[in-house]
Amino acid sequence: MDLFEHQAKELFAEYGVPVPSGKVAHTPEEAREIAAEFAAAGQPKVVVKAQVKAGGRGKAGGVKLADGPEAAYEIAQQILGMDIKGHTVHKVLVEEASDIAQEYYLSFLLDRANRTFLSICSVEGGMEIEEVAHTNPEAVARIPVSPLTGVNHDKATEIVKAGRLPAEAVTGAAQLAERLWAVYTDEDALLVEVNPMILSADGRVLALDGKVTLDDNAAFRQEDNFTTFADESSTDPLEAQAKAKHLNYVKLEGEVGIIGNGAGLVMSTLDVVAYAGEALGGMRPANFLDIGGGASAEVMANGLEIVLSDPSVRSVFVNVFGGITACDAVANGIVSAIGMLGERGEQVRHPIVVRLDGNNAAEGRRILDEAGIGVVEQVATMDDAARRAAELASANGA
Amino acid sequence: MAIFLTSQSRVLIQGITGSEGRKHGARMLAAGTQVVGGTNPRKAGQTVELDGSEVPVFGTVADTMAATGADVSVIFVPAERTKDAVIEAIDARIPLAIVITEGIPVHDSAEFWAYACANGNTTRIIGPNCPGVASPGKSNAGIIPADITSEGRIGLVSKSGTLTYQMMYELRDIGFSTAVGIGGDPIIGTTHIDCLQAFQEDPETDAIVMIGEIGGDAEERAADYIAEHVTKPVVGYVAGFTAPEGKTMGHAGAIISGSAGTAQAKKEALEKAGVRVGKTPSETAVLAREAFRKQ
Repeated sequence: MDLFEHQAKELFAEYGVPVPSGKVAHTPEEAREIAAEFAAAGQPKVVVKAQVKAGGRGKAGGVKLADGPEAAYEIAQQILGMDIKGHTVHKVLVEEASDIAQEYYLSFLLDRANRTFLSICSVEGGMEIEEVAHTNPEAVARIPVSPLTGVNHDKATEIVKAGRLPAEAVTGAAQLAERLWAVYTDEDALLVEVNPMILSADGRVLALDGKVTLDDNAAFRQEDNFTTFADESSTDPLEAQAKAKHLNYVKLEGEVGIIGNGAGLVMSTLDVVAYAGEALGGMRPANFLDIGGGASAEVMANGLEIVLSDPSVRSVFVNVFGGITACDAVANGIVSAIGMLGERGEQVRHPIVVRLDGNNAAEGRRILDEAGIGVVEQVATMDDAARRAAELASANGA
Repeated sequence: MAIFLTSQSRVLIQGITGSEGRKHGARMLAAGTQVVGGTNPRKAGQTVELDGSEVPVFGTVADTMAATGADVSVIFVPAERTKDAVIEAIDARIPLAIVITEGIPVHDSAEFWAYACANGNTTRIIGPNCPGVASPGKSNAGIIPADITSEGRIGLVSKSGTLTYQMMYELRDIGFSTAVGIGGDPIIGTTHIDCLQAFQEDPETDAIVMIGEIGGDAEERAADYIAEHVTKPVVGYVAGFTAPEGKTMGHAGAIISGSAGTAQAKKEALEKAGVRVGKTPSETAVLAREAFRKQ
């Protein structure tokens, strides 16, 4: 789960990572009020920052300086509702403006290739680190961090010195790095990034921006974070519904609904449907949905319900390989799922192409044949079934 | 011979008394695996009935090894306790630990992997979040169905469980020496490269099928390895061409970040290394059949 900047900074502050003070506003009026509070405290200049989970906010005009409450009001009015890379801005962070002397970069992340953690640090911050790595590779230090020893004072100093930070920033930056590492491990983060980390004109090192990605697999021991930071607004409504039913669903932009078992097989199913759809006016998969190994009738019904409630879906492809799960159980699941949906008043009208293979496939196919459900059509192989589902989607749209 | 798992392998199950441990323990026994014991600290000294046999339960991996000569552990304990279970297996210096459990926090996987390295890698770790290892006709350790394929001379390494089964099924007439599901998590113990190396050295393997998916650069590194070290024919498949950027596709590791980890980049890297890459699983099976026949 990705956090908003203001949420990342709330976590940072809990660990003593210095951040500018600021508050979140959902309306221009709130932004004016917050700016007025800063002004009353002798800080008339504020920054109004769009809160979206996308990079490149600055370039898109989502981050602006305001020299007082009225300016903050006007700028918030411009930014709220703005679209940044497909994300609508619903809130802004109003923050005291910092007097920036220098901008650096610091992050902790997973190094998949070396199966360890990594710190990236650079004296050049404020822009995309990939860009710096490209134009000035020597300015980007990549320091491996062992999960067993972590980051203490000495390691933190090694990191910021490797990033070529100037002497006047080393102490502050090392302290920030040590505390940021605590955020990374104690909160089960996959990524913590501070870009820019700044040296202020008065010599302090601060996290001016913050990006945090939390590990969904750690939700069981980080319940507070997953409750506090849960974000309905930036989740697709169908994805939210699926999540509530414990389904592994990702919404895509196509016409063929997909249900399968196993992440790899479902990913592969999307590809095979897209290939088949190329010749049929560009029919594409409408979603990723992995119903897992079990595939009980209820899971199948919930899955079908989610997929069919997507208005762009014109046909459905159920692609199951029976491994441990027997195909007869899956077939029974499909039959009762369609019955269940009928009882819920959601008669299934779209064509459903089913491919069953593997464990007890013959019995599964027989069950589906005998059920005689008009919308269900069986096809023997994955490639042919994908083609048929794409054809039906194409015909159904005409 | 096969790789990692042979008819001589003596398998213990960590979490043998849990529902998954019992269910798959019974399946493994039925497939001819020597399941010699299991662990549950609270039930040491008891036995658990699996597929009609009474299998002894011990308190620790070390006790099980001492009493039974076990040399493979299959781990089914819940995600919250998996890190400790793997570290226990490493401390007992068991040669092979297969971690089936899914949903493990990556900080835990990173820690047990670092711990394994710090202890000289005396324990090979496969997984986590993997279906295990099957050497058809010899032994089966994990959750791979034993009856979908036959014993043969193709080696298979895959990040995905059901795609593994699909491929084993499509090539069931030729059969497999060993199929290894290495798992779809961002940090895994045994990689594509480890398996390629083992298959290259295995006299009972004539051709290799490698299945990858989006995320990370393991396939690209495997391609480099193949170009330099693998003389046996390798056929590849990569899933996730239609996956959008920034979305996790089921497996925790299956995510495209920026322009990194795309299926297209992996396919190109493999083809550059001389690996024929199928467009669909079925086409891949056809290519594997051709590669095998030429041997």
